[in-house]
This record gives sequence, structure tokens and C-alpha cells, in this order.
Amino acid sequence: MDLLQVKNLKMHFPIKKGLFSKTRGFVKAVDGVSFNLKKGETLGLVGESGCGKTTVSRSLLRLIEPTDGQVIFEGSDILQLSKKQLRQIRAHIQVIFQDPYSSLNPRLSVGQIIVEPLKNYEYLNRRQQRERVAFLMEKVGLMPEQSNRYPHQYSGGQRQRIGIARALALNPKIIVCDEPVSALDVSIQAQVINLLVALQQEMGLSYIFIAHDLSVVEHISDRVAVMYLGKIVELATDREIYHHPLHPYTRALLSAVPVPDPEFRKNRVLLEGDVPSPINPPTGCAFHTRCPQKADICVHQEPLFRDLGDGHWVACHIG
Amino acid sequence: MNNNPLLSIQNLKVHFKSFEGVVLAVDGVDLDIAPGEAVGLVGESGCGKSVTALSILRLLPKRSAQIGGSIIFAGRNLLEADEEELLNIRGNSVSMIFQEPMTSLNPVMTIGDQIAEALVLHQNFTWNNARRKAVEMLDQVQIPSPQSRSRDYPHSLSGGMRQRAMIAMALSCRPKLLLADEPTTALDVTIQAQIMDLMLRLKDKLNTAILLITHDLGLIAEMVSRVIVMYAGQVVEEAPVRELFKKPLHPYTRGLMGSVPKLGQKFIAGRKQLDEIKGIVPSLQRLPPGCRFNPRCPSVIGKCLEQTPAMVRIETQRRVRCWLAESVE
Repeated sequence: MDLLQVKNLKMHFPIKKGLFSKTRGFVKAVDGVSFNLKKGETLGLVGESGCGKTTVSRSLLRLIEPTDGQVIFEGSDILQLSKKQLRQIRAHIQVIFQDPYSSLNPRLSVGQIIVEPLKNYEYLNRRQQRERVAFLMEKVGLMPEQSNRYPHQYSGGQRQRIGIARALALNPKIIVCDEPVSALDVSIQAQVINLLVALQQEMGLSYIFIAHDLSVVEHISDRVAVMYLGKIVELATDREIYHHPLHPYTRALLSAVPVPDPEFRKNRVLLEGDVPSPINPPTGCAFHTRCPQKADICVHQEPLFRDLGDGHWVACHIG
Repeated sequence: MNNNPLLSIQNLKVHFKSFEGVVLAVDGVDLDIAPGEAVGLVGESGCGKSVTALSILRLLPKRSAQIGGSIIFAGRNLLEADEEELLNIRGNSVSMIFQEPMTSLNPVMTIGDQIAEALVLHQNFTWNNARRKAVEMLDQVQIPSPQSRSRDYPHSLSGGMRQRAMIAMALSCRPKLLLADEPTTALDVTIQAQIMDLMLRLKDKLNTAILLITHDLGLIAEMVSRVIVMYAGQVVEEAPVRELFKKPLHPYTRGLMGSVPKLGQKFIAGRKQLDEIKGIVPSLQRLPPGCRFNPRCPSVIGKCLEQTPAMVRIETQRRVRCWLAESVE
């Protein structure tokens, strides 16, 4: 049973220019993205900067209003809800942000930060608040005695734990993790990843895990979606993605990751050039400008995102 | 370790004066680099790896930083060199690539002119010849249509192209030593692969020695032949790259390697917890007594809490700072 279904999500940002701010074009940051999320599952979303992975996460929560599409959560389309209904739904879907330095209010104590989302939904007296904060802080490996401290007194990894505690406060069903470990040092990164995995097993959470680090995504995800220029080009279980990548972009991306083993020499697929601008994406397959295997058809016709069986989806004429 | 090192740093100590008192950011770093060799410097933020690199070129603020020890480059102690001498070395025989290509390029000068400037200053090129050479350099780092790109300003280049331009600039005077401080951290993996490939090829072609500073063990494994691991201002381990990955001797090195998820490993070993290093890096102002790693070390013994271990040589090419090193043997 799917907990969340995203259908053909589009987010086009208008480019306004001139005296009367006439719209001169669109940045197609997300251009027709579809996926589903099962209960207790982690879906990894990878891609290079500017591919639209963060925009996907923000628009499915309506932190920015998407242009088009459907996001179905427990039978209702989030994009059609009124403000009041949206508030109720948001309790079930929480976010952990990338930068633990700018995503916590510096003027609130840790206890206040963690209890703030709760105050929007239920009345708690002071004692109850304290208990909930202590419970959540313990859960994420912080010392409850320190709930009066402020964010600046914590290190990056601990701040990310505060962010996680805040996301857990409302007992959500889904947590969108937007690059939760990329600002952290490696030893701290491992601590936070282990915490996320443990919390998932304990509380049956579903994660949408966004990152550019493929090794991290592969470690934590059950299924992985690879994005390129606003579209998902391949979606499969992580085993499939790793062992049988079908899209040339996925292959190049996997081969570009440096392997921490000096004995291991692999055939690297070096891509030429940079990611094209999403204002003027290339015709046909958006990847054809950098694809090592492109054929004529790739230039003219956009490949369909099709299921090759066992839930392995790919958008490529050749793959 | 090498009879004729190109660069030899001995007992480097860097003190910073701050409001909260004096901080010893780098504490007794020894480091040799042979001509044409690629050496990696690994560690987490705040371990002193960037400060070490910056002190080689004396780029640290004079007022707040005190540098002690010696940095011998091509027979000359750079810590005794005067400003004029340093100007002659920077960008000429030793050059540096920084992490953020946007903030380290001059925004009001075309990239062609920025590359040419180094040639005019150091190699007595005329501006015309230098500009021609700059286009050549841009071509060498595989920037498409180098002629017209050389007249572009940094803001109109993408991140990857800017980093290529930085490399072109750093290599234009054929330096003997290239200091690369997290050169690809700001870039995407596919671009990182391009840049690393480029650096390795140019290294072989020009026989440039590289000091690669990074926190990415993957890059270390692919790029360098010898690794130095730093923790809280000190070198804790030094080894040839293969041996280091085969058998890390310091518990911190082992911890670092366990913390990194490896692609594909999950299917061999099953999904398991990453071996985290507990706790956090200590503040340099409140270092623990004894071994600096002792609060986080899984194999700590009584001695670690009281006495600071010295760097001991294990095999001819390995050194480690740990009381347990002999028993690990």
C-alpha cells in the first residue's frame, strides 16, 4: 500500500523581466516527476546540484506551490487541500533540512524549538511539555538536562539531532530528509545516519532521503530515484540501481564516485561538459548532450519513463 | 624518508591569538613531499590540515598567527623568507587551488588575464604572449572554445569551469608543488571525476608534486600514493596509501574508514550500522590530557589518559601516534 503517491509533479518558476515584469520564460525545475512511497520505506533521491531534488521535496509539501501534478497522501490530494486541511496533513509529513546552522531559530532554546511544532496541534501544560522534550531529546541522543541551551552551544552534528527531534515531535509518518548529513564531518555523518536508521526501525517511519552523495543514499535507501534536469531518469531498488544501472547517466554517476579502496581500479565513465540550463533544456532526451551512447532518436524524441519489470523504471531509448 | 624531498616540514607549530586566548591549531606537524609525488592530508574540519597548507605559502594573517618550526622548500626555509621572495614563490614554483573557485578568482578581471598575470609576473612574458599562453592553458584543462572563454569573467563560468580555470592558473608557471585544498568539495561528482582526472594527467605531464587536502577517503584512495592523517592539530598516522587502507593502525583512522558507507558493500555484508566514532572532535582550547583521541577511542587504556603518545615509526614508511601501535603490530 502506498503511503504517498506523487503524480506528474511540475514546478515551473517564471522568469520575469522588464518594466512590467512580463514572463519571459520558465525555469522547469521539476518537470513531471512521479513516484510512490511505501510505509516504512526509504526512497533515495539523488542527482547533481540543480537537478530539482530539493524543489521536489518543497513542492510536495507545498512549501512552494507547484505548477501542476498530484500528491496523494492517505487518499487526499495535498495540492487541492485548503489551508486548514493542509495544516492537519503537515503534522504527518515533516522535514529535516540540510544546514543545521540556519534551520534552527537562534533565539529559542532547544526545548522551545522541539516543542514548537507540538504547540500548533495540541495543548500541553508546562510539565507535559518538559516531559515530551525530555523524551524526544533522549530519543535522538541528546541530554535532556540541556534543554535550556541555545543552538549556538551545540556542534553541527548535535544541531542536526535537534532538527531530527523537532521533526519527530508530531509523530509523523513521513520525514523528508533534505541533505541531512552533507554539512557534517564523516565521523558525525555516520552517527546521524545510524540514528535515522534506528529511528525508522523503531517508529516505522518512511523517509524521502535527498542527497548528492551516492554512497550515503545507497546505504540508507530501499529504492533510489535518479534525477537529471527536473526529471527522474531511473527508479529502482537500490540493489538494481547498483548492480544493473540502465540509464547511462546513472552509470556515469555511479562510476564517478571515488571508492575508498586503493586496490580497486574501475572503468570510469567520464561525462563531458556540464549540466545544461533548465531554462532551455535540450530537445528530446535532456541527457543527450552528455550521453556517451546517444543515438539519433535521442535528439528528437523524449524517451518515455517506462517500467521494465520488477519496479525498475527508466527513461532511455537505449537502456 | 626521501633523501631529497622537495618540501620538508619539520615540527610546524601554528598559534592563533584569539579573544579566548592562544590556540595551538597545528602542533608539531612533520611532512615530506618528494618531487612529483602526490601526498594526501586527511582529517575532519578543524584538524589543522588547511592551516598547514596555508602556512607553507605564508598565507596566514600575520597579526594573529605565529608560525614555528621549519618549512624547507627546495633548500630554502620559507619561514625565514621575506615578502619579496615569497611573492616570487607563490603562484610560481608553489601554487594553490582553493575549495571555493568563486571567491578565489578576481571577479573584475577576465580569466584569461588572471592566468596571464602570473606569467607576466613570474616568467617575464609580454602581455600578448601571456594571453596566448593563457588560451593554451585553458585548452589544456579542456575548457571548450578557450579563445572566447579567456575573455569571460568568472561569474559567467559554471563551478566546474571555474575550478578548471583555477587549475589552469595554478599550473601556468609549471609549479614544482601544487597545494590543493579540497579542490572538488564544492563540485558535483561527475565534475569532480573530470577535475581529478585532469589533475592526475597534468601531474604526470609536468611532474608536479601534489599535496591534496581532503576529508574524502575515496579521493585519497584514488589520487595519492602516501597519506597523512591529522586529528586535533597533530599528525596521528602516516602510511603509503595501500597499506593504510589495508591495515589502518590508529583507532581514529580505523574509525574514519568505518564511518564511510561504501557503494555496493551493503549487498555483500548486509545493511549494517556504520561504525561511528562516538563523541565529537574536542575544542582546541580544551584538549583532553594524554592522547587527544582518548575520549572517543574504542580501545583506550589507562596510559592514554595520562601521557601523550609520541609519533613512532612502525615500518620503514609508516608512523603512528598511539600507545597501542606495537600491540596492533
